[in-house]
Amino acid sequence: MNVNQSAPPVPPFGQPQPVYPGYHQSSYGGQPGSTAPPTPYGAYNGPVPGYQQTPPPGVSRAPPSSEAPPASTAQAPCGQAAYGQFGQGDVQNGPSSTVQMQRFPGSQPFGSVPLAPVVSQPAVLQPYGPPPTSAQVTAQLAGMQISGAVAPTLPPVGLGYGPPTSLGSASGSSPNSGLYGSYPQGQAPPLSQAQGHLGAQPPQRSAPPQASSFTSPASGGPRMPSMTGPLLPGQSFGGPSVSQPNHVSSPPPQTLPPGTQMTGPPGPPPPMHSSQQPGYQLQQNGSFGPARGPQPNYGSPYPGAPTFGSQPGPPQPLPPKRLDPDAIPSPIQVIEDDRNNRGSEPFVTGVRGQVPPLVTTNFLVKDQGNASPRYIRCTSYNIPCTSDMAKQAQVPLAAVIKPLARLPPEEASPYVVDHGESGPLRCNRCKAYMCPFMQFVEGGRRFQCCFCSCINDVPPQYFQHLDHTGKRVDAYDRPELSLGSYEFLATVDYCKNNKFPSPPAFIFMIDVSYNAIRSGLVRLLCEELKSLLDFLPREGGAEESAIRVGFVTYNKVLHFYNVKSSLAQPQMMVVSDVADMFVPLLDGFLVNVSESRAVITSLLDQIPEMFADTRETETVFAPVIQAGMEALKAAECAGKLFLFHTSLPIAEAPGKLKNRDDRKLINTDKEKTLFQPQTGAYQTLAKECVAQGCCVDLFLFPNQYVDVATLSVVPQLTGGSVYKYACFQVENDQERFLSDLRRDVQKLVGFDAVMRVRTSTGIRAVDFFGAFYMSNTTDVELAGLDGDKTVTVEFKHDDRLNEESGALLQCALLYTSCAGQRRLRIHNLALNCCTQLADLYRNCETDTLINYMAKFAYRGVLNSPVKTVRDTLITQCAQILACYRKNCASPSSAGQLILPECMKLLPVYLNCVLKSDVLQPGAEVTTDDRAYVRQLVTSMDVAETNVFFYPRLLPLTKSPIESATEPPAVRASEERLSNGDIYLLENGLNLFLWVGASVQQGVVQSLFSVSSFSQITSGLSVLPVLDNPLSKKVRGLIDSLRAQRSRYMKLIVVKQEDKLEMLFKHFLVEDKSLSGGASYVDFLCHMHKEIRQLLS
Amino acid sequence: MATYLEFIQQNEERDGVRFSWNVWPSSRLEATRMVVPLACLLTPLKERPDLPPVQYEPVLCSRTTCRAILNPLCQVDYRAKLWACNFCFQRNQFPPAYTGISEVNQPAELMPQFSTIEYVIQRGAQSPLIFLYVVDTCLEEDDLQALKESLQMSLSLLPPDALVGLITFGRMVQVHELSCEGISKSYVFRGTKDLTAKQIQDMLGLTKPAMPMQQARPGQPQEQPFVSSRFLQPVHKIDMNLTDLLGELQRDPWPVTQGKRPLRSTGVALSIAVGLLEGTFPNTGARIMLFTGGPPTQGPGMVVGDELKVPIRSWHDIEKDNARFMKKATKHYEMLANRTATNGHCIDIYACALDQTGLLEMKCCANLTGGHMVMGDSFNTSLFKQTFQRIFSKDFNGDFRMAFGATLEVKTSRELKVAGAIGPCVSLNVKGPCVSENELGVGGTSQWKICGLDPTSTLGIYFEVVNQHNAPVPQGGRGAIQFVTQYQHSSTQRRIRVTTIARNWADAQSQLRHIEAAFDQEAAAVLMARLGVFRAESEEGPDVLRWLDRQLIRLCQKFGQYNKEDPTSFRLSDSFSLYPQFMFHLRRSPFLQVFNNSPDESSYYRHHFARQDLTQSLIMIQPILYSYSFHGPPEPVLLDSSSILADRILLMDTFFQIVIYLGETIAQWRKAGYQDMPEYENFKHLLQAPLDDAQEILQARFPMPRYINTEHGGSQARFLLSKVNPSQTHNNLYAWGQETGAPILTDDVSLQVFMDHLKKLAVSSAC
Repeated sequence: MNVNQSAPPVPPFGQPQPVYPGYHQSSYGGQPGSTAPPTPYGAYNGPVPGYQQTPPPGVSRAPPSSEAPPASTAQAPCGQAAYGQFGQGDVQNGPSSTVQMQRFPGSQPFGSVPLAPVVSQPAVLQPYGPPPTSAQVTAQLAGMQISGAVAPTLPPVGLGYGPPTSLGSASGSSPNSGLYGSYPQGQAPPLSQAQGHLGAQPPQRSAPPQASSFTSPASGGPRMPSMTGPLLPGQSFGGPSVSQPNHVSSPPPQTLPPGTQMTGPPGPPPPMHSSQQPGYQLQQNGSFGPARGPQPNYGSPYPGAPTFGSQPGPPQPLPPKRLDPDAIPSPIQVIEDDRNNRGSEPFVTGVRGQVPPLVTTNFLVKDQGNASPRYIRCTSYNIPCTSDMAKQAQVPLAAVIKPLARLPPEEASPYVVDHGESGPLRCNRCKAYMCPFMQFVEGGRRFQCCFCSCINDVPPQYFQHLDHTGKRVDAYDRPELSLGSYEFLATVDYCKNNKFPSPPAFIFMIDVSYNAIRSGLVRLLCEELKSLLDFLPREGGAEESAIRVGFVTYNKVLHFYNVKSSLAQPQMMVVSDVADMFVPLLDGFLVNVSESRAVITSLLDQIPEMFADTRETETVFAPVIQAGMEALKAAECAGKLFLFHTSLPIAEAPGKLKNRDDRKLINTDKEKTLFQPQTGAYQTLAKECVAQGCCVDLFLFPNQYVDVATLSVVPQLTGGSVYKYACFQVENDQERFLSDLRRDVQKLVGFDAVMRVRTSTGIRAVDFFGAFYMSNTTDVELAGLDGDKTVTVEFKHDDRLNEESGALLQCALLYTSCAGQRRLRIHNLALNCCTQLADLYRNCETDTLINYMAKFAYRGVLNSPVKTVRDTLITQCAQILACYRKNCASPSSAGQLILPECMKLLPVYLNCVLKSDVLQPGAEVTTDDRAYVRQLVTSMDVAETNVFFYPRLLPLTKSPIESATEPPAVRASEERLSNGDIYLLENGLNLFLWVGASVQQGVVQSLFSVSSFSQITSGLSVLPVLDNPLSKKVRGLIDSLRAQRSRYMKLIVVKQEDKLEMLFKHFLVEDKSLSGGASYVDFLCHMHKEIRQLLS
Repeated sequence: MATYLEFIQQNEERDGVRFSWNVWPSSRLEATRMVVPLACLLTPLKERPDLPPVQYEPVLCSRTTCRAILNPLCQVDYRAKLWACNFCFQRNQFPPAYTGISEVNQPAELMPQFSTIEYVIQRGAQSPLIFLYVVDTCLEEDDLQALKESLQMSLSLLPPDALVGLITFGRMVQVHELSCEGISKSYVFRGTKDLTAKQIQDMLGLTKPAMPMQQARPGQPQEQPFVSSRFLQPVHKIDMNLTDLLGELQRDPWPVTQGKRPLRSTGVALSIAVGLLEGTFPNTGARIMLFTGGPPTQGPGMVVGDELKVPIRSWHDIEKDNARFMKKATKHYEMLANRTATNGHCIDIYACALDQTGLLEMKCCANLTGGHMVMGDSFNTSLFKQTFQRIFSKDFNGDFRMAFGATLEVKTSRELKVAGAIGPCVSLNVKGPCVSENELGVGGTSQWKICGLDPTSTLGIYFEVVNQHNAPVPQGGRGAIQFVTQYQHSSTQRRIRVTTIARNWADAQSQLRHIEAAFDQEAAAVLMARLGVFRAESEEGPDVLRWLDRQLIRLCQKFGQYNKEDPTSFRLSDSFSLYPQFMFHLRRSPFLQVFNNSPDESSYYRHHFARQDLTQSLIMIQPILYSYSFHGPPEPVLLDSSSILADRILLMDTFFQIVIYLGETIAQWRKAGYQDMPEYENFKHLLQAPLDDAQEILQARFPMPRYINTEHGGSQARFLLSKVNPSQTHNNLYAWGQETGAPILTDDVSLQVFMDHLKKLAVSSAC
């Protein structure tokens, strides 16, 4: 029993697999064969050839051996991710027996499966094999049904989803238990076996098909294909070998199970199964009618099914109570697998429709014609050809674009192309910019636009002959003909007022009201600015930044400073006409730092003194922005305002706000008002700012409600950032603030930008999410854009797409660089198109999908009740998965939850989104926090949303101190914490160091320099600098984590059982949350139920 | 009392009063037939070195509608300690302090020589004088430099405890905070937006904080006046700071593109200055001193747009109703002027520019508040520098020749009522028994406010005789008028100056000779001129001239001796003889003629005409011409073209200009350098004499006149030629054909022609 419980994870997987095999084949046979097998692959092969051609063939032909390895390799990682836990879990848990157990069942199914279908399918399957397998990761949530049925026995699960439980209860108990039991034992093994077998027993199995099928389930399907490309040649072998180790343990068992056990278990189960099923059916009669149907059907045709059913039977009694968390897809595993598989080879972008490695994987990119995934990521790299398909699948088609993304030092930033006075070459009709996809015809005298098919003349100075393949001879000499990303120098036609822009300016606008002074903020800031001004962003090798700076302080009135270099002392000019803001001076307000250094220093010295005795508590806000904007307008340049603000602007002025924080509104229809700005004034203001190219970065230091929802409107619409430091105290928050400030000031920014996404005919960009302003439906206007800002773009069909030509995206960003140069940055991306849904599901990216869905939902709360938004998300997710189940997965028991390999993490991630503070606030979450987070997420990229919604939890004491690498993460659940360990948790905004109650004293001593656990200060934010390996390592790790994120994460030390632990637990997202968020398991059950409802 | 001339002079010296009639016609009907109204020129603060102020308060008539002040004309019953008011005949008890009085122990106010007496009021907190500089920064560099120096210099002239403030303006308006060390602070206002006083005070942070403090510590109310200390500081405290601040003043930094005028927010700057003082120091003596170098070009009060191609309005535009900003601007400045006057502050305007600066629109600011108006070509001229310096000149006591926040009250005996006043004042709208229904000048009240006064400020006050013909004044009866001027002395004391005068009544039918003999033609000319100018401000020029002519003709008809229809028989008595000549020159003066003057100049001239005392006013009407020659000492000569002779040096004083003109021969001599030859030292002296005399005038006059040194044929000689009576013109040159004099190229009629016409009309029975 114990074993089972610990092992259970395995079984569930085991089951799915078994199911797979059985269904797979059928399904495969059906789907792949019928649908696209040849074509899609063809497509694949097309691109792949260069790299991958070898693999595919291999796969197809050598299913057993060759495929297996790749598959296995792929599986290994993926499998581990999905199943992996089994693998790992097993290892961790130790019980080898379970493994064995599992395999038996596994073997059986295979055994059974192969029989008929396999044979027929092999050929067909194989090609698909890998993909399909990959595509289908089934997690059997028999538990779900069961739970439903078992209501009594599985209160926790059941509780979450009432209806099923009631239904299930009658017949449920036994069946459920049965299922459970069965899964645990039976399921896991198959997988492992499969792999193992592949390697070892290929022959018997006719393994190929199975193998493929297995492999597929085991490994992340979608990646497989792409993986296979690169991996196969070199790694495929290595991969498997690597993976084998894990299996190594299993192999032995495998050998055993295959034959005998397989058969054995199946035998007994059937009866059980049958007996159970009836029960099920009965129960479900009402609700799950359809479910029954399939089951019996499957059951009968495929002995496997029953066998499984039967298998569970015996164990049932033991594990039934709970769906084992290890049995369900693990983000950690997926991430690890992807890292292992794809982290070492560069990602070459030459091939259309390749799915890039996960954002959590470190990889290099080689631009060979498509934009790097650092610039653009898509929810799917294979777009349905028709809108009907797209609608059916419900998978949002979106791209997450980060036009100015920072690149690792190893990757070259985009080349700048200067076409002289004629400017960039564009299509005459759709105005798309020259890119590698443009087709040159008529010997190079004309080119056909790849977006609108218009034939354009090539200007004489651009003419070049074509080679025998129809390519221009100079294609590789010209970035715009060979690369996915590049920049054009813009001509004066692309400039505002047909004048080349002057260098941008930074204006620092500092709140000097009582609160700001008292908290020490002003002094700190002024001190910091003195040195920070030396590090203004500069471009390329420029010795000195071209950016000019200006200073404003304000409370109820504004103080401008004249810091002209010729002055002995700065001069202050007070503007109290806040109702009608204007800039009181022109000359001397915006100055070059090096010229006016003395005056600026003097000013920054005096500001804290001047206001030291202030008693002014009221502040204004809108006029401050207005002032900055007017200043830039007067100086005729774009620029950025850095606002340091402390309180709700209640002083009489435009944009005056009142405290409207009302927690009673939560969960009512009016909740949305909390996210909406109080007044339209800020939108109007933002519009003016955008027109002027005035970007606003807001640093908030509130002691109480400041109405972030309203204050952040302007930063949001101008492409700025908001930073919030609640209850700011210099001692505690200094480092975080200064670090953010330094980063924010120093980062490269593009100003006065306009972004436009062009697409080839058939789809078009219809919706945009992010921090920007749009005055029409196509142009994204960004007063400022830095390397952290992301725009998510949704596409919809407006026509049929063509599989052959695929779909193209071109994102063109016109902006002014830090040095005042006007440029165009172009990113191109080619995607595949498919006529088979399976292809879509196989080429999805869950992280990107989540990014889109979160942004969609977070915008939704502005207009709909939060509950509606949540329901919409759940429904959409269910639809996506149901569509898959219906159209792509091999037929299987309705009791099984079958997830596409690429989306197997969708439920867990989605659950994280659903229970995020915005959508399901806890009692301690303030209205401001929610608005703040909502606003933050809007411009996050995929990596940020990924870690934000599913925090990283790193055990610090598990791995040897010497190991230089980051310790492998563990799943964000309390169960994973051992009280003898120390963990780090981060989500991009927060950083916790959790200390278990029974951590070794030595560890405590070497980390905290105190003698015992009880002496550790709870809430500590800085670790003492100690000279021992552990301390160094931990601090080093913290530093490296911080370096990865765009915002400084303040460390909070949390002791087990301490009050602060509540805060920490909030981030253990796989657990049930205090605010009512479902645990991962519960949610998965719920999702399963939803899917079944849809299917029925 | 020998002659009326002496009498008049004596009265003027003692009381600062010149009446048009010194014997008054005793009935309303007769008075109206006198043509020239019964009126006086009053110089309320005429310098009286011989008159020490008394240190107690005046005794008032107890009748609430009267409140006249005890004066030498009152009947006193020493035994009963009673006095009878000579205006309302109320019998009043003397206050306890007067118990000791008797015929031999009289208080000063009962002695006849104290018909003008000054009381010093000890009550009330004394608040320091306030000088608020409002400085235009849209100036040329050297102009600004000169102005800065003048301002810095002025700091040393201010009384040390005076509060001083600084507002600068260009495109924006900056109110400088003077208290802070280190960073110089200023509050900036948009130059295009008019603000209410409340808004201004809010924005300057002058409103709230004092209140709670006050209530908490009611015992220390003296904190209150210093709310605005940030903007107005005692000179001695911030002397250095302000000097530095002024030194650092930069030209308005906003770029002025070609073909544009700089944006100048004079209207808002003034508005803020007014609002600042209004909120912080109402009813204390304060001068707002506006220094501007060009016309307001934006915001409320703008006079002209910033497009240089559109010139500033001319008289021609105004007549054609083409001055699009004029009405609005005028309204703005009038509103400001009225507010300022209500608060008892005054506004000076120092406008130095080659083109017009909008004085036409802004004139009311100075006119209504008693401020100065100075017009020059540049701040970098001695005209401005010395004029400005002279503002801070001191009198024999070492006090500044300026007074603030005065109210002038006029009380009349019951046969008289007061019809109005013309001068740098505003009505306080105090109705009373002595207020006439007919208005002449600013009427309908018995009290006026004069926010800024100096010892020469002179008002014309017009009366109406209301005594009915059938109710004759008893023989020997006298009419009395009491002028009560309360003001803040430059030493910050409150003072009251009381002037009580009386004149005899005469029956015009039986005693016309008396009345005629007591006519003061100089005062009458000025008083009539003030009426004319007053009308000219609101009416068309020709109408005013016609009115003046008619008045003159009627006067001549009334007092001339002639045979009907016989012009040659026309004679005027001595006391009227000069009057027509004054009128002749008045008609040609810039006060009534706008030809050849810009609207600003007209406003400037009229401004000064309405406030100078009789002597200066007469100079303005009829410039004085002195002739210097080897033939004798300098002598005054006729203001006539015949006086322009080749061997003379002429010195003309028009009040606004001092012209030295060398006759043709003299000029040649000088050119030949005779003055440098020792043997012609007398020639050198001759050349020098007018210069010295001119210098003397320049020293004394405020504002300093334009000093013109020219010679025969010089272009600047036009100043002289335009003033002299064109007795010889190109039209009659040959007719006269004499060797003397210089022809004037004009179509204007000469005095001779004028007089001929006058005689003809006077003797005709037609009109």
